[in-house]
Amino acid sequence: MFESLQDGMRAALKTLTGKAKLTEANMREGLRLVEQSLLEADVSYEVVQSFMERVTAQAVGEKVLLSLDPSQQVVGIVHQQLIELLGPVDPSLPFREDVTVYMLCGLQGSGKTTTTGKLAKLIQQESDKRVMLVAADLQRPAAIQQLHVLGEQLGVAVYSDPNTKDPVKVCQDAVRKARQERIGVVILDTAGRLAIDRELMDELKRVENQVRPDKVFLVVDGMTGQDAVNSASAFNDALELDGVIMTKLDGDSRGGALLSVKQVTGVPIKFIGTGEHLDALEPFRPEGMASRILGMGDILGLVDVARRAVDEKKRVELEERLRAGQFTLEDFRDQIMQFMKPGLMMKLMGLLPGMGDLQQMMGSVDTEKDTKRLVGIIDSMTRAERRNPKLIDSSRRSRIARGAGVEPVEVTQLIKQFDVMAPLVQGMAGAGMAERLRKVRELQAGGLFNPGAQLMREKKGTGKRLSTKEKADLRKQRERELRRRKREERGR
Amino acid sequence: MGLFDRVKAGLRRTAQLLSTDIRDLFKQQGRLVDDKFLTELFAILVKTDMGGGPAGSIRDQVGREYRGRVVEMTDLLASVKAKLLELMAQSDQELRLAASGPTVIMVVGVNGSGKTTSIAKLASLFRGEGKRVVLGAGDTFRAAAVEQLTIWAERVGAEIVKGEMGGDPASVAHRATARAVETGADICILDTAGRLQTQANLMQQLSKIRKVAGKLIPEAPHEVLLVLDATAGQNAISQAKGFSEAAGCTGIVLSKLDGTAKGGVVIPIRQQFQLPVKFIGVGEGADDLMPFQPREFVEALFADAVK
Repeated sequence: MFESLQDGMRAALKTLTGKAKLTEANMREGLRLVEQSLLEADVSYEVVQSFMERVTAQAVGEKVLLSLDPSQQVVGIVHQQLIELLGPVDPSLPFREDVTVYMLCGLQGSGKTTTTGKLAKLIQQESDKRVMLVAADLQRPAAIQQLHVLGEQLGVAVYSDPNTKDPVKVCQDAVRKARQERIGVVILDTAGRLAIDRELMDELKRVENQVRPDKVFLVVDGMTGQDAVNSASAFNDALELDGVIMTKLDGDSRGGALLSVKQVTGVPIKFIGTGEHLDALEPFRPEGMASRILGMGDILGLVDVARRAVDEKKRVELEERLRAGQFTLEDFRDQIMQFMKPGLMMKLMGLLPGMGDLQQMMGSVDTEKDTKRLVGIIDSMTRAERRNPKLIDSSRRSRIARGAGVEPVEVTQLIKQFDVMAPLVQGMAGAGMAERLRKVRELQAGGLFNPGAQLMREKKGTGKRLSTKEKADLRKQRERELRRRKREERGR
Repeated sequence: MGLFDRVKAGLRRTAQLLSTDIRDLFKQQGRLVDDKFLTELFAILVKTDMGGGPAGSIRDQVGREYRGRVVEMTDLLASVKAKLLELMAQSDQELRLAASGPTVIMVVGVNGSGKTTSIAKLASLFRGEGKRVVLGAGDTFRAAAVEQLTIWAERVGAEIVKGEMGGDPASVAHRATARAVETGADICILDTAGRLQTQANLMQQLSKIRKVAGKLIPEAPHEVLLVLDATAGQNAISQAKGFSEAAGCTGIVLSKLDGTAKGGVVIPIRQQFQLPVKFIGVGEGADDLMPFQPREFVEALFADAVK
């Protein structure tokens, strides 16, 4: 969602990393790049300035001197300040006893009508309230029809009055009707026009004054540029805003306008629109966004997610086993299982620096499904095979493949993958953060987090294949075993 | 009202904002050009949405030419305008019309950029020239989009070919071009559903619509116009790239230029993709669409600053 801003920030912060000490001079260069990146992300000029001042004030001085890892310190400060700027959030939708009225306003084409539908759907899902949509946009041709179609799709009532040109009357009548019919929530879809349009602003003010909505939400296009400040202040001056909803964040827009709008209005960002469909309205989370913006800051996030995902006791156990140089397919499976929690894999990929591209590249590749196949394969092995994959010959391989419902070649691929991964993972045990990150990068380069990348791997000897002699030995061993069994049968 | 005046009127608020700031820079009859001065200039330029890159290069040029001097506003503006004109220098402002038979114009853009309204304005423009227009209502996704275009078609007096809600937009494109050929219409404008440039399958659909449009009329579409919202920021660059790759855009319609937004992002778009702005939308009426003129655009932007 915020990929590009993330990329920009990551590039900017690259100049800050890898420096042994953070001097005022090299920090200035890094901060300048951060500033540039924020501007490219469409954060308004003034907001960027005040943000940079805050960050610089925080970063310069004793904190830098005290910090063990200055670059992380700066990232931490930028990250923290971004969260501070974007938060606090409040995705709640309070309801009154009788009729709750929500009013949506915004510029033309910002996505008000679609958001009206999405909000209705959300309320339907999360409460037992009945919802009524009100077509108060009497300007745009067919806006009323659009709302009626949405209402049909959602199965909610839509109020419109073709006989009046007065939006105030439409809204008042709608609220009255809702009260009569005991409909709990009314959402007003108002006309969008230019922020500088006096007439529109007066019209909105009249609706606000005479209909008295409980909450007024400003809908902002996620692709808005510097003008976000102007339009947001126009709406903020005219109305008592209670929250912001930003739309169209499913594209590659950097969404920097959100910082501007937040700064200007000071009201919480409630939801973000992340798709064309009516359920694509998500509660806003500043941590997530700030982390994504930062790219590097999310290493901290990654550690956090991983820590929450992984059972602490198991982790300590694994850590010990790794240190002892034992990392088996069983451990591999346990790790995969830990990370198989829904959505976690994609989330982690998004959090890892440099993995944003990978995540994008994978697009439709269903990581979690692939991961399940891996687990299935390992589950079809015997305990001995898991501990020593070298035991797996072609007949064992066929048996495992049949058990897991995969092609034998996939079993081979898994074992190869494990062979490459095991020494790296073992190297990570007990290492410091920097060393671990280096290993993670090696893993990335090996395409190990991307099951789809197996095909890309070079075909070469892993040094783990059984030699002809070893194979012959194993065959002999099996034959001996067979003879022994036969002897036993005869002996019985 | 002449063309120049209309552009100026549409951009007055922008110009006021810009010129007020620049006048502030020159309160005591010329100011020393120093870092502080250049930073202020940079801020003014960035606020046009032209992006940090172009704004930076203008700032640097002004810096090179004027640093350490006390300058008059007119000198500075001449330099900035020259730089902007250089960036925006473009030929082929005119629409490419078919030598014979109907001219097919495909209109694309992100959700809410103003495609349908721009199509209505284009149709009105052609109707004003006495041309016969067929509209293809290819936005079969958004609720009531077809109705919206139908209302416009009635207002401006154009024929409309509709698709079913949720139907195949390529088939609408085919039927619309067929209708234009059949009735001997001069212009066929194809509307498409709004989409984000990152939605790969929807972008593919645009390529298909484009291909289908060329089935009956080999050179069609003669123009593929990308509608850009003037309030859009740097993401418009990604839009220009994505839509050009999928649909082969030939020009830009810069919509909603009558607000406080400046639409400066067309500058880097011109720089990077050689994509000319063909029209600007400066109002909500059916005739508020005008040919884009870079010189007038730039002049109007700074017109009030030169006294």
